[in-house]
Amino acid sequence: MNDTSNLKPGHIQGETGIWEMVIGLEIHAQISSKSKLFSGASASFGSEANRNVSLVDAAMPGMLPVINEFCVEQAVKTGLALNAKINNVSVFDRKNYFYADLPQGYQISQFTKPIVGEGEIIVDLDDGEQTTIGIERLHLEQDAGKSLHDQHPTKSYIDLNRTGVALMEIVSKPDIRSPQEAGAYVKKIRSILRYIGACDGNMEEGSLRADCNVSVRKSGEEFGTRCEIKNLNSIRFIIQAIQSEAERQVDILEEGGTIDQETRLFDTSTGETRSMRSKEDAHDYRYFPDPDLLPLEFSESWVQDIKEKLPELPDSLKKRLVKDFGITSYDASILVEEKDYVDFYQQAANGRDGKLTANWMITELFGALKKDNLSFSESPITSENLGELISLISNGTISGKIAKEVFSEMMKSKKSPSEIVKEKGLEQVSDDTEILKLIDQVISDNQDKVNEYLSGKDKLFGFFVGQVMKLSQGKANPGVVNKLLKEKLK
Amino acid sequence: MSELLDFNLVEASEALKNKKISSLELTKAYLKSISDTSSLGAYLEIVENKAISMAKESDKKLIDGTARPLEGIPIGIKDMFCTKDIKTTASSKILENFVPTYESTVTQNLWNDGAVILGKLSCDEFAMGSSNETAAKGNVINPWLKNKKMSPGGSSGGSAAAVAARSALAATGTDTGGSIRQPAAFCGITGLKPTYGRCSRWGIVAFSSSLDQAGPLTRTVSDAALMLNSMAGYDQKDSTSANLKMPDLMDYLDKGIKGKKIGIPKEYTQDGISEDIVKFYEKSIDLLKDEGAEIIPVSLPHTKYALPAYYIIAPAEASSNLARYDGVRYGARQEASSLDEMYELTRGNGFGDEVKRRIMIGTYVLSSGYYDAYYLKAQKVRRLIKEDFENVYKQVDYILTPSTPTTSFELGKKQDPLTMYLNDIFTVPASLAGLPGISLPVGLDKSGLPIGIQLIANSFDEPGLISTARVLEMSAGFNFIADGAAK
Repeated sequence: MNDTSNLKPGHIQGETGIWEMVIGLEIHAQISSKSKLFSGASASFGSEANRNVSLVDAAMPGMLPVINEFCVEQAVKTGLALNAKINNVSVFDRKNYFYADLPQGYQISQFTKPIVGEGEIIVDLDDGEQTTIGIERLHLEQDAGKSLHDQHPTKSYIDLNRTGVALMEIVSKPDIRSPQEAGAYVKKIRSILRYIGACDGNMEEGSLRADCNVSVRKSGEEFGTRCEIKNLNSIRFIIQAIQSEAERQVDILEEGGTIDQETRLFDTSTGETRSMRSKEDAHDYRYFPDPDLLPLEFSESWVQDIKEKLPELPDSLKKRLVKDFGITSYDASILVEEKDYVDFYQQAANGRDGKLTANWMITELFGALKKDNLSFSESPITSENLGELISLISNGTISGKIAKEVFSEMMKSKKSPSEIVKEKGLEQVSDDTEILKLIDQVISDNQDKVNEYLSGKDKLFGFFVGQVMKLSQGKANPGVVNKLLKEKLK
Repeated sequence: MSELLDFNLVEASEALKNKKISSLELTKAYLKSISDTSSLGAYLEIVENKAISMAKESDKKLIDGTARPLEGIPIGIKDMFCTKDIKTTASSKILENFVPTYESTVTQNLWNDGAVILGKLSCDEFAMGSSNETAAKGNVINPWLKNKKMSPGGSSGGSAAAVAARSALAATGTDTGGSIRQPAAFCGITGLKPTYGRCSRWGIVAFSSSLDQAGPLTRTVSDAALMLNSMAGYDQKDSTSANLKMPDLMDYLDKGIKGKKIGIPKEYTQDGISEDIVKFYEKSIDLLKDEGAEIIPVSLPHTKYALPAYYIIAPAEASSNLARYDGVRYGARQEASSLDEMYELTRGNGFGDEVKRRIMIGTYVLSSGYYDAYYLKAQKVRRLIKEDFENVYKQVDYILTPSTPTTSFELGKKQDPLTMYLNDIFTVPASLAGLPGISLPVGLDKSGLPIGIQLIANSFDEPGLISTARVLEMSAGFNFIADGAAK
């Protein structure tokens, strides 16, 4: 009954049957803008508290917001990249609530008329499958400040540096069916945002955060009551939080209980969610159009201009990599995950064996970086050097085995592969006379084995190849060795 | 000294430029007048040293021939305008010690044109009121009657009283539903509310953002033209400010109104309007007719819904605009043991009754379940009122109405809020439509209190409004000085 080994991701085996998860995500992506959404203050991360605060951010009397055009452009760009409808007229609303780190007493957001409407993206799953997730909307809004409750025994401190920073809230349709899909969806959104440069996608610094709406149901039934898990800042936490929240809901429902619609927080130390506020305590935000701002209006041609400047996006890039470089769709999807990967790959593989390059990059390079705990941008191996290594293998200068040795030296010394090969004298020996010398040596050293071979023990051929390679310290060209040995032992 | 006070703004400006008087002596005369009329309570803050140093600066410029349009003119500023290094309280206890580090665009424009600041003028708290009785520091007294304490109107009551009492040569005001025009009418002076978007709202304490508009309170129409010339202008810092250049209004003073069509809306002669006002309204119509205008009866059918719509929209916006006065960053704060308690005590003690009433109304009409029935419906009414005006302006050039249904009333006679709100019945429709309006005095009623008449023009037709108002001003020949004015 409780054997879960055959369950699909996103399914939970309960006493009463299998439950299915229904998940929708709200991603808050900070726009990569120098200044804030409605003020000229800097939007940079990591400044001393309350350094990046303008009169507007501090909500001084009589201060007025002025829209940052760059941010509007990023939202439109993102909408286009999400294959979504761009609304040429949208409206800023005030979302009213009191909190110490919300100076205006309201957040400027977009409620009924967002800048971007419905769209969809294709998400790549780990098993190589793809699924399409609908986008409900994207809107622009201000971030709030930060309350610090742990600096003083009785007082709270407020840091307004984040106040007014531009966010895009990207709301998915409830199309996601498993925590893994949710993770893949966030990855894909992050990848698109980085491609177009609208958001750096840095989850540790909070540039990308997600609220997850989770409910469970039996297959084919109506959606259940959902709970919202707030402010998750890593893909791992998103996956954990959804799984644990869905299990909690199944436990309640199976015991005959009902789910209360509420906002919950994920406790990373326990791996469980806990209630933050119930529906009864939910704010009445009293949304209304912000009278300080005119509706946002732009022309079709302005949108068209942005569209034309859009860089190639992951999905189309992936198709192109498969076609141009002959690599598998799976490898291509890994390479397009990050703009930096693709750029690196295309430089390294240019004019070379694409498959070989992909293998070396995904298996060797990514593996080595992970082992050394380095980020991709910290890679000691440049795309030029990896490309050179591929060339050295392809043109027979070094064998695959030697290449691994060269590679680990490249990781250590940052030197170019040809330099390493030269220094260590690792060039592959393909010269017939050189190799024949080695073969003769091996034959004379192993006369008994030669006799055995000649009397029919074919399997010994590999032994001779190995001995020659060993004698050459791995430098002999295995193809040439094979060919000459065969002739010699005829 | 007294003859210095006799000059209106245009005359004083002439006298300054001709070096008949100096800004220093003019400014000193006004500072003395402020102290002579201090019992009226018009000023919240007097900045004598600053006034004198600005006047001296102006005198230099007058001498070296680099005088600007308002060079050396001493004026008062409604306390809704943020003034750098000068306390700005919006007549509220919650901002009682607030000193801005910045200057509002409109006042900066005035200083850039050479005006001299005398001080900050009282008003209803956060400009919410029609009697100046909601000011935290107490009411202002209308200078017209010496024997009775009458209201100067509101919310720009301090501004109107100061101009009428000759303790400022001119003053700034803000008008949301009539806050310039109604006090101007009560105090026998001229008050002009420009088209919404004409003056920047940047640095003006916000009451109702979609309605608030700065304008001048002055002795004469030409004074208003000169003031507005300097106050108006596009400002990138206010997204609702209009990117339109206003022509020099002084060029429109004597254009006349021959052949112009004046609309007389039938909805503005309702029950409850005082007989004297009706009499002077009819007289004004005749005067304009005599000057060559064509008088045309018109209808603005949705007028009766204007006041209810206004008292939904303005409080809704106010409830949100005033959320920032929370004791966290500036202004008064009551210490408490929790954040919620701090909010309750700070705002409970900091705001007066009328402000609290409007915050509650505004919060209510925006609440989920009530939004459609109140706020959304009020916005629809606002649209209809706008359309009413658009239709009428297809037939006429200007609309003439009384400014108020009654003249000033006695202070302290407790009126219920609804009766008080009726004061704005003739000024609110133009506010909702964003149109420019001017109130000017045309006569006195039986008790010797001034009567104001309002002209409303189409959007951005301040030039035409000035021409027409000037004709009415000249022909009405209102030439009285308040009993309580400095002599």
